Amino acid sequence: MQPSKTDIWVGLFVMLGAAALVFLALRAGNLLTLDFNKGYEVTARFDNIGGLKPQAAVRSAGVKVGRVKSIGFNDQTFQADVHIELANGYAFPKDSSFKILTSGLLGDQYVGVEAGFDEKPLASGDTVTNTQSAIVLENLIGQFLYGKASESSAPKAAE
Amino acid sequence: MRWWHPADIGFALRSKAAAVGQATRLLLRLVAGLGYVLKRPGLLRDQIHFLGNYSLAIIGVSGLFVGFVLGLQGYYILQRYGSAEAVGMMVALTLLRELGPVVTALLFAGRAGTALTAEIGLMKAGEQLSAMEMMAVNPIERILAPRFWAGLIAMPLLAAVFSAVGIMGGWIVGVLMLGIDGGAFWGQMQSGVDVFQDLANGVIKSIVFGITVTFVALLQGFVAKPTPEGVSRATTRTVVMASLSVLALDFMLTAMMFSI
Repeated sequence: MQPSKTDIWVGLFVMLGAAALVFLALRAGNLLTLDFNKGYEVTARFDNIGGLKPQAAVRSAGVKVGRVKSIGFNDQTFQADVHIELANGYAFPKDSSFKILTSGLLGDQYVGVEAGFDEKPLASGDTVTNTQSAIVLENLIGQFLYGKASESSAPKAAE
Repeated sequence: MRWWHPADIGFALRSKAAAVGQATRLLLRLVAGLGYVLKRPGLLRDQIHFLGNYSLAIIGVSGLFVGFVLGLQGYYILQRYGSAEAVGMMVALTLLRELGPVVTALLFAGRAGTALTAEIGLMKAGEQLSAMEMMAVNPIERILAPRFWAGLIAMPLLAAVFSAVGIMGGWIVGVLMLGIDGGAFWGQMQSGVDVFQDLANGVIKSIVFGITVTFVALLQGFVAKPTPEGVSRATTRTVVMASLSVLALDFMLTAMMFSI
């Protein structure tokens, strides 16, 4: 193949396109924060997962320590089984509690982990039942109204 | 065509079906010409220069202005809800998922597609293609296949340049002109843009659009009437068909890729 003077221009063009792709992947996308290492899997049982979705973050003290792999329904216990993958570098005690929290007022829901006090750590395949479900607005309103009703009837009963 | 004569309708349908068949055969021969093209990379290199380098100016400038407009409009709308810092994520997602591949394909059809059609049409009108066949050189392998593969290679690169320049344009307008916090601009963008979901899908779209636009351009040139009027008609048909195909394919690809 004879070298030609268009070689250098075509080479520059291809390098420019490749550089643009690399820029997009690293600066605009999340390639640097992707974690390809496998973690260990834990299953958490919730009464109500609210708006939790797969791929949602799992945070402890606000720092991302894992993600939600999949969500299923357990028709033996009638609870939701949330399969969580935790990063290999973090070990949590066996009695840690899992809560479903919302980031900001209108943000996505994520799973928050609060460490317990047990000496033994969570192992792969464990099931966690020490959980707190997502806040459901209707239940909250119902509780508020019930509280209001009993508050107004208690002084009447006391008279 | 006299639509009240069944013979004319039959003839029209048969010739349309024959045209589709001819187009499919041409596509298959273009794809099969990869072996020939790899043995003569000089042809490929010249065509990438012709299609890619010369389109870089219009793609770059258009990307910059599209980024400017996205930054402005995004800021005006988002700051009504107090989310002005999400402009970065909005500009990046809009460009990577949709505008990058589609607008690049439309501009590519207008600039490179018409050049391809006119070149092939003029070669056909000047009987150069028949002359090549006389010399036992396959014109499809020698002339058309390098252009096809060059278009397939050049389009994703051009779309990436468009998106990158557009994001820089959005940064210039949002951070430098409108005063959004630069850290929030990039941080929100990085948390909102997924490499596999958004960037990879955009690249796949641009490859599909590259195949579509280049194939339509080559086909229209190949079947053009070998007269100056026929060539100019073919050029117009290239732009119209390629643009409509790109938009229709964009809808189908979006529905397949981004369904919840």
